[in-house]
Amino acid sequence: MSSREKILAAVARNQPEAVALPDLNALKDAAQLAEPADLLEKYITVLTGIGGTAYQVGSYEDITGILNVQFPEGRIVNTVTELHPHHQSHVFEDDIHSLENVELAIIKAHFAVAENGAVWVTEELMGKRVLPFICQHLVVIVPANQVVATMHKAYEQISNRSYGYGAFIAGPSKTADIEQSLVLGAHGPRSMNVFLLG
Amino acid sequence: MESKDHAALAEVFNKDEDRVSWHDETLWWIRQKRDKNVHQLPEWELLRETASQIKFNVLSNLSTYLEQFEKNATCNGIKIHWAADAKEHNDIVLGLLKEHQINRMVKSKSMLTEECGLNDYLASHGIDVIDSDLGERIVQLAGEHPSHIVLPCIHKKKGEIGDLFHKYLGTPSNVDDPQFLTETARQHLREIFLTRRAALTGVNFAIAETGEFVVCTNEGNADMGTNLAEVHIASMGIEKLIPKREHLGVFLRLLTRSATGQPITTYSSHYSKPRDGKQIHIVLVDNGRSVQLGREDFRNSLKCIRCGACMNTCPVYRRSGGHSYHTAVAGPIGSILAPNLDMRKYADLPFASTLCGSCSNVCPVKIDIHQQLYKWRQVLVKAGYAPTVKKIAMQLMAATLASPTLYHAAGKMGRATIKFAPFAVNNKLNPWYKQRDMPAPPKESFGEWYARNRAGSQEPGV
Repeated sequence: MSSREKILAAVARNQPEAVALPDLNALKDAAQLAEPADLLEKYITVLTGIGGTAYQVGSYEDITGILNVQFPEGRIVNTVTELHPHHQSHVFEDDIHSLENVELAIIKAHFAVAENGAVWVTEELMGKRVLPFICQHLVVIVPANQVVATMHKAYEQISNRSYGYGAFIAGPSKTADIEQSLVLGAHGPRSMNVFLLG
Repeated sequence: MESKDHAALAEVFNKDEDRVSWHDETLWWIRQKRDKNVHQLPEWELLRETASQIKFNVLSNLSTYLEQFEKNATCNGIKIHWAADAKEHNDIVLGLLKEHQINRMVKSKSMLTEECGLNDYLASHGIDVIDSDLGERIVQLAGEHPSHIVLPCIHKKKGEIGDLFHKYLGTPSNVDDPQFLTETARQHLREIFLTRRAALTGVNFAIAETGEFVVCTNEGNADMGTNLAEVHIASMGIEKLIPKREHLGVFLRLLTRSATGQPITTYSSHYSKPRDGKQIHIVLVDNGRSVQLGREDFRNSLKCIRCGACMNTCPVYRRSGGHSYHTAVAGPIGSILAPNLDMRKYADLPFASTLCGSCSNVCPVKIDIHQQLYKWRQVLVKAGYAPTVKKIAMQLMAATLASPTLYHAAGKMGRATIKFAPFAVNNKLNPWYKQRDMPAPPKESFGEWYARNRAGSQEPGV
């Protein structure tokens, strides 16, 4: 008998009588009742609280203007075609290790989550999976009307969409492993800049 | 180390009183951060209850979910392996590395690989493993194991970390600035991420419905490792399954709020398919979990999502340190998981608790931790695993409490001893006297007082 058969047989033998799944609607309703009136404001407050920076902008030109001031130097990898011609969208080489010297990565996100400051990004928006992690600084552009209140709403939005890889990203990479002192920029980006567009 | 029990190991930790106070206060501060964050959600209790119910459903259908997960993950191009025990898990990982002629691997946090002793096993086969979570890297450099499942080096002072970095990573001596030390680790580990062809991670949640799995970190070390490597190995206990993707909405709201008081970890990464031409392997590990599933009183422990809230709140853990528990998962939850693996070796752990119940109150999936600790005590004593001194003491106590004559005599003797011969109890042989003064003895017992004042005047209890 293989380990697979052994494990499955032992689990089937020992698991208790079937218990039904709970209905999530009561919880979702309770969470909805507690939603803040202004989701955008809540998102900005939470993101700032976890070390991120939010910019409310009206156009891609506004974004370019801010980026030129904030990130004047270093290698920029941009995956957002709307930022042309100021920032050429990037053609990725086969060897992703060549991304090691990227100063700034610019990507789009599907939506943002007010309760925790996260944005939802899937592989096709990242260009390469490692890009939002290996860069020194990260810029994420998300439509200002795409802010959901909670993770329940987030998964309703994601629904059964297929992706190879996706991540909620909430703020810069951080650690507090040394005596609980918070340090931004553990292994990933030292800053996360979210542009709420529209 | 294995020969010493929790009390003896805690005594070592307690020698440095300042460190104990600091450890205690630091963890309590994290507990307070948890409270502050949790109290912002009016639906918190419903969230916990829902998570608990989902986990009960998982445990009761685990075999079905495992097969469903295997099928869907395989469709996604992920290779599934099954490991009955720690040894098989380690062999599978070693086999995968050998197959790809890889002798250096980067690892992100995985308490399961600690449980399996993977690092030592791979080292003995010539494989170099580097832990990439900062806290884990620090304990690895120190030749230690994590003392906390979420905060691996919570027992270490920054000065000690500075010394380690000076010795191994070439920082100047006597530098203990967390910012500087973290930056040093960042540069050191970046080189590791860029040069390793294999990356191993743990699994926080795996979804039966979709075959994907989720890994949560604040540092981004899991993503740096896996997204640069050719081979991603994910080690996962079979109880980490949840039925549907939408259930992540429940668990991701609970996990980090309970763990550190953050609303969510910086990264919650969903791995569904390997990158083009690359590989993802999942090792599904039993290692005693199916046995625990069959223990009616203890199966609820498998609901655990490894947030560490029970440790942060536990008065015993905070004052005895994680290493006192001499097992990979310390604290209250570890004390109900470990005896399942080895009753003799871990017989002391369910006694390392005051049964105050704080652990059960903060548990995000409502495990009845303190009740299980109490139940394990009974199982262990019945099975003959209690220490001899404790057995004799309990038998004496039982005989005394069973006989009114003995009980009254013992009470008199006790009061007289404290009054006239305090040195008989105020000494090193009496563990209750450690860090405590004995109370002043009452003049008489309640029974004596009652006999003198009320006997015959009223019915008892009225």
